[in-house]
Amino acid sequence: MTDKLKVATTSLAGCFGCHMSFLDIDERMLELARHVEFDRSPITDIEHCGPCDIGLIEGGVCNSENVHVLREFRKNCKVLIAVGACAINGGLPAMRNHIPLADCLNEAYIDAIGIENAQIPSDPELPLLLDNVHPIHEIVKVDYYMPGCPPSADVFWSFLSAIIAGQEPGLSYDLLHFD
Amino acid sequence: MYENLETADKQDNLKRVVVDPVSRVEGHGKVTLLLDENNKVQQARLHIVEFRGFEKFIQGRPYWELPVLVQRLCGICPVSHHLAAAKAIDQLVGIDPDNLPVSADKLRRLLHFGQVLQSHALHFFHLSSPDLLFGFESDISKRNIIAVLNDFPEIGLQGVKLRKFGQEVIRMVTGKRIHGSGAIAGGMNKSLTKEERDYLLADVEQMIEWSAGSVALIKKVHCSNLPYYDDFATISTNYLGLTKADGALELYHGGIRAKDAQGGTILDHFDYCHYSDIIHEEVRSWTYMKFPYLTSLGQQEGWYRVGPLARVNNCDYIDTPLAEAARIEFKQHSDSPMVHSTLAFHWARLIEVLHCAESIKTLLNDPDIMGSDLVAQGEKRFRGIGVIEAPRGTLFHDYQIDENDIVTKANLIVSTTSNNMAMNESVRQVAAEYLSGQELTEPLLNNLEVAIRAYDPCLSCATHAVGKMPLQVELVNAEGQYIDKLMKQSNGEIIKL
Repeated sequence: MTDKLKVATTSLAGCFGCHMSFLDIDERMLELARHVEFDRSPITDIEHCGPCDIGLIEGGVCNSENVHVLREFRKNCKVLIAVGACAINGGLPAMRNHIPLADCLNEAYIDAIGIENAQIPSDPELPLLLDNVHPIHEIVKVDYYMPGCPPSADVFWSFLSAIIAGQEPGLSYDLLHFD
Repeated sequence: MYENLETADKQDNLKRVVVDPVSRVEGHGKVTLLLDENNKVQQARLHIVEFRGFEKFIQGRPYWELPVLVQRLCGICPVSHHLAAAKAIDQLVGIDPDNLPVSADKLRRLLHFGQVLQSHALHFFHLSSPDLLFGFESDISKRNIIAVLNDFPEIGLQGVKLRKFGQEVIRMVTGKRIHGSGAIAGGMNKSLTKEERDYLLADVEQMIEWSAGSVALIKKVHCSNLPYYDDFATISTNYLGLTKADGALELYHGGIRAKDAQGGTILDHFDYCHYSDIIHEEVRSWTYMKFPYLTSLGQQEGWYRVGPLARVNNCDYIDTPLAEAARIEFKQHSDSPMVHSTLAFHWARLIEVLHCAESIKTLLNDPDIMGSDLVAQGEKRFRGIGVIEAPRGTLFHDYQIDENDIVTKANLIVSTTSNNMAMNESVRQVAAEYLSGQELTEPLLNNLEVAIRAYDPCLSCATHAVGKMPLQVELVNAEGQYIDKLMKQSNGEIIKL
């Protein structure tokens, strides 16, 4: 067990499409399991990221809690990888950056169709929203980038295979896409 | 019912217990409890803590971008949002569902069956099967799909390949497994080639066989723990979803049917374009997820459940033979006209997997999916409403545009939102039945996890966690001092801090 690489994954302000694309390696998960052990991830019950070899971050940073989780990953992961459009440049959720946050909240909770008890949720239990959605490299140092919305399963496989083999990860031209 | 536990009468001197994260993995949700001096639960809430603002930032965009924009709400069920938006923008170009070209209609249905199959397979095999195969209180290192693949390679691989098949149906229709593009206003952008059709057809019999096997597996699990499975977190509720005109199970297009807890009809064959006449949403200060309810019954009585349990309960029959036989067995296991068991969501979900696999076979054998009549257009309209049965339940998309085709208003009711009150009620039920008056214990943690997970809350559509909820429970007094803290360690052991 101990010679396996430890991998942690999380989704911040993302849609989980990158995680689903990772699962799209399908039967290759059997091969992966021979070399990799998962730490904190949506597919395990481990709640805090411990010391890891690889951290995969999906999604941008939209609230104070995202900042906290991202810093925990950076602190614990030897190699941190920004996965997908949202982690790399904010992605679709960053479309709200040119609109005042209050307008977005008003649209959903005050001016929406068929609303009762209109109010903006404000309980102290809710984490503070940031004015803008940020790419993760604005908060922490990022070592590698896996582009795509989402990156294909072959991109995940290529990156992880390289690291497992002790090589520098990179993408061949045919795997490099941004859609 | 336990609605009196939503807000404590007097907040003074209560101890605050936080189950955080219910989804700290993604940082999206948590449960808080308030206890009195005898540890009696006075308040229990499930909070959804993320907000993204889609309704606002898609305004100002041209309507034809909607199917590819809004599918980014969710990478697990992107096709549901893609198709709900497509049905809405069909209307913007003057096309109602009955006027969609037959090839486009069948391709969309094929796409949707692939989607529901892969999403349900993900939830059952990748997320829930570790509990069923290893036990709810098994070692944490076992509770993931990798461990299932190691220890139960046959079942694990069936699950992986079932999901793969659904994803491949999606890829053949839209070009990509996740966030592809297939539906356009008034139709589809391509049909299947014979090679694509044959590629899928080669595996479909195997998928039906494995789906039938998974229904047998969940039935055995459910019935061998019958009192527990029928009672745990079970709440007697209304149910809502689409059905075909003849009352059959329907996932792509139909009228709204709502039934009460005794199986009596509240609504039937209701045109979803008038949804805002029958459904309103209440906002509460402590969560970003709204609380929909049927206006005819009011906020107290009008909430309802959606998703596989609602659909299988509501429909009169299923139009594929193996799934229909499974539905009859499902209904017969209960004495009540409606199956209210929250854990029966798993069983209903797998009946739908079987229905999807059977329906995919039928469509693959239909030459219309290789047809060339793909797009229709009529007279422009300024409002379009698309409703679909997504894997987790009824999904509403409502858009308005101006004379330049720019979106000016949007309203979305995502599936998991409709289950908001039910999930809160299940949390309150578990808190009242299993926690109230007790010391904090491991069974408490497990019970809360099991109750929430049964709903398969969509981690992204409604910003919930995938899979197991890693738990930490803190007991804090009114002055904010820690009284007690329990944590589940990485080895699965519960420790008192």
